[in-house]
Amino acid sequence: MQRSRRRLRRALIPVALLSSATLVLAACGGNGASPGGDSSGSAGGSDKPVAVTLITKTATNPFFIAMQQGAEQAGKDNNVTVTTVAGKADGDEQTQIDAIEAAIARGDNGILITPATDGVVPKIQEARDAGLYVIALDTPPNPASAVDITVATVNFTAGELIGKWAAGTLAGSDANIALLDLFNDKIASVDYNRDQGFLTGMGIDVKDKKKNGDEAPSGKYTGGKGGNYTIVCNEPTQGATDGGKTAMETCLAKSKNINLVYTINEPAAVGASGALNDAGVKATIVSVDGGCDPGIKAVKDGTIGATSQQYPLKMAQLGVEAIAKNARTGEKPTVTPGLDFYDTGVQLVTDKPVDGVQSITTAEAEKICWGAK
Amino acid sequence: MSVTTPTNAPTTAAEQFAMRRQSPVQRIQHLLHSHPAISPLLVLIVAFIAFTIVNPRFAQPATISIILQQTAVIAALAIGQTLIILTAGIDLAVGATCILSMLVMSNLAASNGVPGPLALLIGIAVGTLCGFINGILVTRVKLPPFIVTLGTLSIYTAIGLMYSGGQSVARASMPPILNVMATRFKLGPFNLTLGLVFVALMAIVVAFILSQTAWGRHVYAVGDDIEAARLVGIRVDRVLLSVYTVAGLIYGITAWVLIGRAGTASPNAIVDANLETITAVVIGGTSLFGGRGGIVGTMLGALIVYSFNIGLSLAGVDAQLRVLAIGVLIIVAVSIDQWIRKVKA
Repeated sequence: MQRSRRRLRRALIPVALLSSATLVLAACGGNGASPGGDSSGSAGGSDKPVAVTLITKTATNPFFIAMQQGAEQAGKDNNVTVTTVAGKADGDEQTQIDAIEAAIARGDNGILITPATDGVVPKIQEARDAGLYVIALDTPPNPASAVDITVATVNFTAGELIGKWAAGTLAGSDANIALLDLFNDKIASVDYNRDQGFLTGMGIDVKDKKKNGDEAPSGKYTGGKGGNYTIVCNEPTQGATDGGKTAMETCLAKSKNINLVYTINEPAAVGASGALNDAGVKATIVSVDGGCDPGIKAVKDGTIGATSQQYPLKMAQLGVEAIAKNARTGEKPTVTPGLDFYDTGVQLVTDKPVDGVQSITTAEAEKICWGAK
Repeated sequence: MSVTTPTNAPTTAAEQFAMRRQSPVQRIQHLLHSHPAISPLLVLIVAFIAFTIVNPRFAQPATISIILQQTAVIAALAIGQTLIILTAGIDLAVGATCILSMLVMSNLAASNGVPGPLALLIGIAVGTLCGFINGILVTRVKLPPFIVTLGTLSIYTAIGLMYSGGQSVARASMPPILNVMATRFKLGPFNLTLGLVFVALMAIVVAFILSQTAWGRHVYAVGDDIEAARLVGIRVDRVLLSVYTVAGLIYGITAWVLIGRAGTASPNAIVDANLETITAVVIGGTSLFGGRGGIVGTMLGALIVYSFNIGLSLAGVDAQLRVLAIGVLIIVAVSIDQWIRKVKA
């Protein structure tokens, strides 16, 4: 009898240790999971403590890293605790869903999210029902009313600007186009919006605006002075430099007669230019994003002809400020007049401006670019 | 007087079996069983002919050069993956290890002023260490390789991201030695890179070691039947640990090739490395259950994947259908592997 009671007591010790350890950890508060998870700012002073979770698609895309940095800085400036969470890869909705649940459980005031897919929408609704203010950044969800407000930039417009610039630069010559997209095994709105926006800006009939690759392979473009076009290929780049190189090489294998290359983002553009150099082919490259390097630097040194600059830092900053204001004063952010979201804007960056298409120079763009310089 | 020596009729069951008449199908099965690289070779040849018929541009030296260059990085990583799969293990952290090595060698050289060659060695050492850690977890802590590398995949990815801050290192910031694998030269009508030659040499060396050394024999033995290997006196744990460490070394060296290929050192590179290396290994005839296969098959497997990619693109096949085609290829390859395994002798 005595021995078994002693044994029982001994067995209870690790259980007691484990439970107290768990309680201590819970009290200290957890951070957002996965790479990039961080927590900054503190709830001090007379301001009501505000907590925001920023959920991005991935932690590796410099665009989202810039968003994280913008949010963290805004958190420090506005006395807001910011938790950052990122998906493991483009299209990873489960991590985002888990992060929303964690935010609800933590009692955050709001969520900033770049929705990976439409699958996160029901979870977003749950968060709103629980009283959290949800702002979509960069990518509006489908439907757009799923969040309280979207702070974004229109990827379609970004594409249109470079399309119009390209058409203007061609000045009537034939356009032999390579389209270097993001994926071929997933559908992402940034992918089709930028691609279809570019073609629309060129004055090419895109048929279904939400589908890449369904355009007529050849025909006439009406942008600029108008002329003939041929679409040589649609290839996926994964948005990375090595992927851009592989995609461009595959396009060049189909035809070396390419003089215009649309790229989903600047790292892909840099990879594409490597392949073009190797093959001894000269082509104009256009892109979107507006990061400092690669990006504006590549426009400056001539690798990229023109790029559309977007402002992720600004998006995150405005998002954090909006949630803080809403939590502290009840004031809700409003959309840009005439639109159904808050537009942080996009500007065409080029040192070879074209008539009729507004643009800024690389010198001006350098001052407001994002990412490492 | 002539003495007729009676011919000995086969008497034992084993001798009878060895001299049995085989149907043509059984002959093929036996051939594939003893030389696993034949089936991917046949697939490659058939694919080559088919794609050239559909679009003659496929057979042009420029296109073939491109296929070779595109295959190089994944083929190199697949060498390490082959070693691990031969032991009936699997490595999901292959891409993460390579990227971590790449980020270390590039950031040390670009941001910390470490001389190029030293940064290179440190980067390779980091890769080797990552492989070593996987090996320790598999052999000492006795965790299944799938679980171990699933965990280290996240760990090495996170370390890489935290170390680099998610930023890429541009070519201009790196010393020339890190980019040397990008050096191009012409071999007849073909455009090749130093990286490609380097990967081919690495494959030859590892294939030689696998087939001609005792260590190589032990790797196959451990994969084929780990208990039998142990009973025969093979230091199974040592062999496994060495396999994972060597694989890590290979991934670290491949990071050097990757920098040359991509031009920048980015945490976003080789996004699908895990699946692509496993695909190359499987299509190349190496059995996922261990003990059979080799480097040659893997190289062919990697070539098949990229040949299909360009071949289908030249044929004008829709991008999504290409993804489907690779999937079908994998199923067919594993089915053939299963059929081959049914051979009893």
